Amino acid sequence: MSRLPVKKTYKLFIGGAFPRSESGRTLEAEGQNVARGSRKDVRDAVKAARAAQPGWGAATAYNRGQVLYRLAEMVESRVPEFAELCTGRTEVERAIDRIVWYAGWADKLPQVLGGSNPVAGPYFNFTVPEPTGVVAVLAPDEPPLLGLVTRLVPPLVGGNAVVAVASETRPLAAIELAEAIATSDVPDGVVNLLTGLRSELGPVLASHMDVNAIDLCGAGGDSAELERAAADNVKRVVHGRADAQSPWEISSFLELKTVWHPVGR
Amino acid sequence: MTDIERKRDRTAVPTDWTYAPAPESRDLVRLRERYGHFVGGGWIEPADTYATISPSTEETLATVGQGTAEDVDRAVAAARAAFANGWSSLPGSERAKYLFRIARLLQERSREFAVLESLNGGKPIKESRDVDLPLAAAHFFYYAGWADKLEYAFPNRRPAPLGVAAQIIPWNFPLLMLAWKLAPALACGNTVVLKPAETTPLTALLFCDVLRQAELPPGVVNVVTGDGRTGAALVEHDGIDKVAFTGSTEVGKSIQRQLAGTGKKLTLELGGKAANIVFDDCALDQAVEGIVNGIYFNQGHVCCAGSRLLAQESIHEPLVEKLKKRLETLRVGDPLDKNTDVGAINSKLQLERITELVEAGKEEGAEIFQPPCRLPEKGYWFAPTVFTNVAQSYRIAQEEIFGPVLSVLTFRTPEEAVEKANNTPYGLSAGVWTEKGSRILWMAQRLRAGVVWANTFNRFDPASPFGGYKESGFGREGGLHGLEPYLRFEE
Repeated sequence: MSRLPVKKTYKLFIGGAFPRSESGRTLEAEGQNVARGSRKDVRDAVKAARAAQPGWGAATAYNRGQVLYRLAEMVESRVPEFAELCTGRTEVERAIDRIVWYAGWADKLPQVLGGSNPVAGPYFNFTVPEPTGVVAVLAPDEPPLLGLVTRLVPPLVGGNAVVAVASETRPLAAIELAEAIATSDVPDGVVNLLTGLRSELGPVLASHMDVNAIDLCGAGGDSAELERAAADNVKRVVHGRADAQSPWEISSFLELKTVWHPVGR
Repeated sequence: MTDIERKRDRTAVPTDWTYAPAPESRDLVRLRERYGHFVGGGWIEPADTYATISPSTEETLATVGQGTAEDVDRAVAAARAAFANGWSSLPGSERAKYLFRIARLLQERSREFAVLESLNGGKPIKESRDVDLPLAAAHFFYYAGWADKLEYAFPNRRPAPLGVAAQIIPWNFPLLMLAWKLAPALACGNTVVLKPAETTPLTALLFCDVLRQAELPPGVVNVVTGDGRTGAALVEHDGIDKVAFTGSTEVGKSIQRQLAGTGKKLTLELGGKAANIVFDDCALDQAVEGIVNGIYFNQGHVCCAGSRLLAQESIHEPLVEKLKKRLETLRVGDPLDKNTDVGAINSKLQLERITELVEAGKEEGAEIFQPPCRLPEKGYWFAPTVFTNVAQSYRIAQEEIFGPVLSVLTFRTPEEAVEKANNTPYGLSAGVWTEKGSRILWMAQRLRAGVVWANTFNRFDPASPFGGYKESGFGREGGLHGLEPYLRFEE
């Protein structure tokens, strides 16, 4: 007699835990029932992200780099599983390599983006990049894994905490990624992944007063209303591309702080 | 009496000294009776006008244009044409030379501009002469040097100008804000339509004469004057590629909403409610000077003003005592007098806003102190004010007053100072006063603000990026980082 497989329940990833949507709703995607996140789930995720951000932002850049590298290791160990949930092995490998590439930026970025400023006076003056805080990401529908990784990792490297809405049509890769994140050393709450309808979750994130920046990649051309809502607390609005790799992708989610001190005997 | 005896005999703070008036000459400035809009290198006749006044005397200085949608349209068309007809393709080294010329011309004519700035805006001549003008010239000089070096500022990216930049500037540093806006925009190869603040258009209009002397090609810089309606028409215009706005958070949000979905690039430099944090181990007298400079500089019309003083409990009393004594020595009056420390409030509207918030402070239970000072009868004036016994929830601790009004709060531990300092939707600047180096850096890491001044306050430099966190806006002005808002990057 053949063994009956144990099937997975696809859930949200909030604060390091895997809750169902508090609304109790699901929607069918890729032949599976996945959680249909609600307004309340968004609020919970933002709360978890806000709580986790100071610790993550204050971790040493070396540490953040290693934690993200560890995430690449975790994805590498699940290549066959991921390959089934996206366009295939190549996409998974590109996603892994992208995570490794960004991991290496953690302790280099401040040297590229910041520096000392030659002011005309007896002052020492320097500029350093800092995380903007909590970043909302609307991931693109395609490619389901690489698209999410491309938008998720840059804000993370910079020390932000993220609330991401997964591909609406192909959310299973995101849930798989949440499981990889949960087994890596990324602290709870630093990454929160929601599945559901972008049209439902996007406006809540765009108008949320405790979100500092929003990446509207997944909204496509349909973003004017979200941008308007984002103005309520002067959010940084980013129109990220589904496939991009550069340090400027990180800097979109950074603030620049300039510090002055007099020079004297 | 010997000198030494006389010195010993001297009271700590002389309060009865009188100063002979030392007015700067107004003759340096020759104003026209009427100004139009500066479009395409010449003046166009405005359809509608209003009078611009001196806030210290309420006298009319000139009649200026109230820009209409048609005026804006002509200015944008002129800027578009100038962008297409040579400016954007001019080698960076040539653009640089125009900017160097402007810097030099401003230096040469700086006294004239300083007098006009004080006349039209009400700020003390001491400040317009020693701060606004030198910094404005320095800003053009700094960005001139970038114009032909952009590819070194952004390695592995191909920087290109955006097109026409719409720039809307405030009334607190009219010419300096013009320089902050124009210099990087032009260095990057953009053309500009600039709208000066409603109450302070004159230095921008005089600046058009500098552009003539610099032989800047027509249409590269256009100036349309007017109130918020003119600004709104400019922001709405389809022909612009970028908006740079400095002003209130309220207007900034409405501009961000207006631009939603248009793909136009935006930078916002908005309000602030900065904490100036004083620890008990600081050099107290220096801190007092820094506090005074932080909030009474330019009548407190400074977005990054240190309007919340956070005093460590253990020194709260002596600090407030010293501060009150120091306030008694501030000379409030004629902006053109070289002795004046605090000038006129910029406008009647602003005076009403300050008065309203100060009344709210009294009603909510804060204790008010104002030094005895005789305010002139004509014009708009407000005495330097300190509120003690202020709770974090009071309006004077939450809202930007944009006037010479300081709210004093207290704290015990560095953690509490950080908590209170960050307890605001704003995040433009902050100050820290302590002799402990490690604490300065600890605080600087935790303060959510774009500029942190440690053992100093209100310092500015063209090489130093300036801009806010949170609701104080986004984008930086100044430094290498100030170039990015005026560039796009080709694939």
